[in-house]
Amino acid sequence: MRLPCPLCGDRDIREFTYKGGAEYLDRPAPEADDAAWDAYLHLRENPAGATRDLWYHGGGCGAWLVVERDTVTHAVTGARLAADMAEGGA
Amino acid sequence: MRYSAWEILKQGLTGNAGWKPVWRDPAPKAEYDIVIIGGGGHGLSTAYYLAREHGLTNVAVLEKGYIGGGNVGRNTTIVRANYFLPGNSEFYSHSLKLWEGLEEELNYNVMHSQRGLINLFHSDGQRDAFARRGNAMINQGDDAILLDREGVRRHLPYLDFDNVRFPVYGGLLHPRGGTARHDAVAWGYARGADSRGVDLIQNCEVTGIDIEGGKVKGVRTTRGEIRAKKVGIVVAGRSGQVAAMAGMRLPIESHILQAFVTEGLKPVIDHVVSFGMGHFYISQSDKGGLVFGGDLDFYASYAQRGNLPMKEHVMEAAMTLMPVIGKAKVLRSWGGIMDMTPDGSPIIDKTPVEGLYIDCGWCYGGFKAVPGSGFSFAHLMATDRHHAPAARYRLDRFRTGHGLMDEEGTGSQHNLH
Ligand SMILES: Cc1cc2nc3c(=O)[nH]c(=O)nc-3n(C[C@H](O)[C@H](O)[C@H](O)COP(=O)(O)OP(=O)(O)OC[C@H]3O[C@@H](n4cnc5c(N)ncnc54)[C@H](O)[C@@H]3O)c2cc1C
Ligand SMILES: [Zn+2]
Repeated sequence: MRLPCPLCGDRDIREFTYKGGAEYLDRPAPEADDAAWDAYLHLRENPAGATRDLWYHGGGCGAWLVVERDTVTHAVTGARLAADMAEGGA
Repeated sequence: MRYSAWEILKQGLTGNAGWKPVWRDPAPKAEYDIVIIGGGGHGLSTAYYLAREHGLTNVAVLEKGYIGGGNVGRNTTIVRANYFLPGNSEFYSHSLKLWEGLEEELNYNVMHSQRGLINLFHSDGQRDAFARRGNAMINQGDDAILLDREGVRRHLPYLDFDNVRFPVYGGLLHPRGGTARHDAVAWGYARGADSRGVDLIQNCEVTGIDIEGGKVKGVRTTRGEIRAKKVGIVVAGRSGQVAAMAGMRLPIESHILQAFVTEGLKPVIDHVVSFGMGHFYISQSDKGGLVFGGDLDFYASYAQRGNLPMKEHVMEAAMTLMPVIGKAKVLRSWGGIMDMTPDGSPIIDKTPVEGLYIDCGWCYGGFKAVPGSGFSFAHLMATDRHHAPAARYRLDRFRTGHGLMDEEGTGSQHNLH
């Protein structure tokens, strides 16, 4: 598997660390209740098929990426910088 | 038919014409008392113990593929009770005791082989951690022996003891640990459940769960609607998808775990051995193949096959520990879908929907749990009370923070186990 880093180009999966679903970008407010935090930290969509997840390019530019890929075929269809997508950006 | 030496002799002398299919192939009925979704090891053992321990036989197991086609037929077959934390400790201890009586009870040869399991350590700190684990195992009533370097050498003379980076300091021997034939366990429980009246329905995928007023009414399947008073979800890597049919999100992410087998060799590895400085563990099957594996690939996946980095890591770790196997040719590698929880421990619990129960989160360690999980889940479904050895496997422990069971001590977070 290779991931297309927007800054570095196509790079071997060994250069990246996986974090989890892109829902991690939607952090609840600090005062949100425990149900909201439980949902954020633990409960997962866990899709079989198209997914968006977070990867850290530690062996390259050091950026966090949102990768679009398929969990059934391992096809990778795109990647964007997480920094461009935070704060309500799509 | 009861299997025995006499039966084999009789069948052998009469042209082996008398063997019958081991379970029926029934059409689904319109209604059951209990429907179990998933015909893997855990679903089959649940059905068996519902019938055998609780006299509940109006039960169906619905399997979308064929019996034994999931992880129960894809694992590396290690059976052990060497857990450390309260919760896991008593559960796996109970499960191992069930294993020890299983062949006689099922009248089925599951090839359970208590050949001894040795976890190696390579530093003083690791020795202390294993000494502590061994004490926890002994406190639980199981067996553990701390071996020094020479003690390990007597069992495993072929290791590279003086490897410059990772010399072997010793190992924790768990004499009652070992392996079993994975398919046979599924078949043995299937036969036992079927002969007590349970309907095993294959090629029957559950596509929906019917809920009215907060109570489960039945399931929709590719073979029609089936009503049920109680429904149990036991679908391992597919837990998230099936739970979604009941509107639930689970603390589960599905990951890939790979395994490997070599061509058949003369006996060389007598035990189950695990490396303490990389992801590698190994045993030898009765056919002679070296069966080995490592860790997750560490990204969410339903592909049932993995990528090259973990393959390389496992092979490198193998060559570091036991260069003796370097010329063996790898025949196959494969992967299974692991239902990973944040703390790496399982869930056996009721759900917020009345009559709907769930048994999941077995991560990469659920084969050894097949008897214990079925026993405890059947107890919960039949009596609505938690079975003592599994009482800590609560669905809400991540939300409350009470009773997390993080054996590895790495943190209760999805990408860490
Ligand atoms: C490579 C590998 C090595 C492993 N090694 C070990 C080991 O050494 N020791 C150990 O203890 N554990 C090990 N495990 C873990 C163990 O195999 C699993 O934890 C355990 O088998 C999971 O439970 P199961 O047997 O019920 O799962 P499965 O056999 O996967 O059963 C689940 C069943 O549910 C069915 N299903 C799914 N969705 C539906 C639906 N909608 N409708 C109907 N049916 C459905 C599936 O088809 C499947 O048959 C390993 C796993 C893998 C992949
Ligand atoms: Zn990069």
